[in-house]
Amino acid sequence: MRNSANNTIKAQGKDMTVLELTVNNHPGVMSHICNLFSRRAYNVEGIVCIPIGKGETSRMWLQVNEEVKLEQIIKQVKKQEDVLEVERHDSGHEVFLRLASVV
Amino acid sequence: MQTMNGAQLIIKLLERQSIDKIAGIPGGANLPLYDALCESQTIRHILCRHEQGAGFLAQGIARATGGAGVCFATSGPGATNILTAIADAYLDSIPVVCITGQVPASLIGTDAFQEVDTYGMTIPITKHNYLVRKAEDLLHIIPRAFELALSGRPGPVLIDVPKDVQVAEVSFEKWPTPGSRQEQPPADMERLRAAADMINRAKRPVLCLGGGIIHAGASEEAKGLIERGSIPATMTLMGLGSLPADHYLSMGMLGMHAARSTNIALQDCDLFIAAGARFDDRATGKIVEFCPEANVIHMDIDPAEVSKLKAAHIGLVGDVKQTLGKLIPLITPNEREIWRNQIEVLQETYPMTSPEATVPDKPYGLILKVAELLDEDGFVATDVGKHQMWTAQVFPFNRPRQLLTSGGLGTMGFGLPAAIGASLAYPDKTVVLFTGDGSLQMNIQELATAVEQDLNVKIIVMNNNSLGLVRQQQNLFYQKQIFASDFQIDIDFAAIAKGFGMKAYNAEPGCDLDQLFEKVLGQPGPCLINIPIAKEEEVYPMVPPGASNSEMLGGCNAEQCK
Ligand SMILES: Cc1ncc(C[n+]2csc(CCOP(=O)(O)OP(=O)(O)O)c2C)c(N)n1
Repeated sequence: MRNSANNTIKAQGKDMTVLELTVNNHPGVMSHICNLFSRRAYNVEGIVCIPIGKGETSRMWLQVNEEVKLEQIIKQVKKQEDVLEVERHDSGHEVFLRLASVV
Repeated sequence: MQTMNGAQLIIKLLERQSIDKIAGIPGGANLPLYDALCESQTIRHILCRHEQGAGFLAQGIARATGGAGVCFATSGPGATNILTAIADAYLDSIPVVCITGQVPASLIGTDAFQEVDTYGMTIPITKHNYLVRKAEDLLHIIPRAFELALSGRPGPVLIDVPKDVQVAEVSFEKWPTPGSRQEQPPADMERLRAAADMINRAKRPVLCLGGGIIHAGASEEAKGLIERGSIPATMTLMGLGSLPADHYLSMGMLGMHAARSTNIALQDCDLFIAAGARFDDRATGKIVEFCPEANVIHMDIDPAEVSKLKAAHIGLVGDVKQTLGKLIPLITPNEREIWRNQIEVLQETYPMTSPEATVPDKPYGLILKVAELLDEDGFVATDVGKHQMWTAQVFPFNRPRQLLTSGGLGTMGFGLPAAIGASLAYPDKTVVLFTGDGSLQMNIQELATAVEQDLNVKIIVMNNNSLGLVRQQQNLFYQKQIFASDFQIDIDFAAIAKGFGMKAYNAEPGCDLDQLFEKVLGQPGPCLINIPIAKEEEVYPMVPPGASNSEMLGGCNAEQCK
């Protein structure tokens, strides 16, 4: 639970880094990514995932609440066989801002 | 046009990968695969007695040869049994391809008989894993699994194949190219120059060789760098053998059970060069106090290892063999006499062994005696415990892949099946296993496999009738409260081995061990020797878990160290 106003804004994605991944779309890929974050004790605050194009791949946005470990996280994510691309947005991503308006 | 079922396709693809041995155990969910394997002219199946044994046997093949080891298990309990061996391969970066049977796809998720979520359970312990959904997917999954297992930083890949996929018919036009190790480039030239500059300016550099040197086949290049720059070198447990133990610049293993001189020298070095090593806590001790004065150069093929635990001043990401090769000509020859002298004095002051410790019935003595008698091209496997650390400390390893040991996971029960795997890969060579009575009991059923396959595996049980290394920790760090680490019964291991049909000897106290070793190493076939070792024999020096490497306990002349 987040109480302070500052954190609420953060949770909405204004200034939390968002990693935008392009991944192979198959039933196990979410498990792979979520497992990586939990196993290595990386904090992830929000996840959005939708299929793109003809459904062969998906786009995934991960809102990551880590500063020190961020470089390490990106390296580990890039190592995943199913991850095709990683893009880093240090000032957040509008996906989370828009979502925040519906929850 | 080729037509066959999924199981036959798997076997054919494995044959095309030049796999000639598969370790495993059949069960309901992988029977189609076994039915297809039966038809193979080129693959020999090694029936193990527990799936963990099969996993470690495949690892033994992989560790001894550098190629991929393959193992099979059925769904449910077969899969859960093999997990430990897969996790072990993951932590030591060993190329293993494990193919498990799964319940038919229509039953997945229904808690069917012998259904477990093998895919889910193996995500965190494999380099990559697959749940095969269509038989034709095997055409790219199998070659890709081998490519992944062998390329970059090697590791295990698991392929879970539902039974209906194994029996489904597939037709296809063309065989895929077998998966192979993809070469990686060296680190970039600009960074190499910076690294060379840092090395050339260093007064007290140390090179640390890890398992990556062995995986990359880079020991010649490592030696080249060491000799050109007169850089003293240490090795992690996984790196042992990458530089011959008797090399004039070798300082042996570092870390928890290193020679005192090695850890002291490291505390004082001004440059620490890690090559294919990953700063494991057993090697570094308390990381913030590791090499406190030093700049760090880290060479690794896995970018995620660089600066994971200790910030590298220069990271050299790339194939370590090529990286070292490119680095050598940039190094200015330098005798570094002062630094080498300083280390020599330390080594003389704090030797690893003493004349009293090297008599034949003491741990170091018997290990050294075996080393003397074992052929140059023999292999050594260990289990996990004091016997493992004694072996790592004094056995004169002189070539890569000579030692098979469970480093990262530290799995008791590794030794026997891994030794069997190495022996299957090199049937003409002798494989000596140093094991403990505790570890041997964890996969003792594989004595049957060793006998059935009639291999040159010589099992030396260093029997202290206890879980020795645990007992030592209770002794040192839990106020001597010895609990659950002493066995209450005496086991006659020779009788047990004989029960499996293996030759076996009990070395009675005071017997002529030299003669016994000569006899056993001189005759072909598997054999077990049980040797009593006093419970009180401890492994020293020892860095307490969590402490800095400067806080070693015990070892020769420890009292001189203030
Ligand atoms: C599977 C497993 N369980 C528990 C441990 C913890 N452990 C580490 S060493 C050790 C004792 C090993 O005893 P033994 O094989 O007899 O070797 P010794 O230390 O006596 O030489 C134990 C229980 C382990 N490493 N692996």
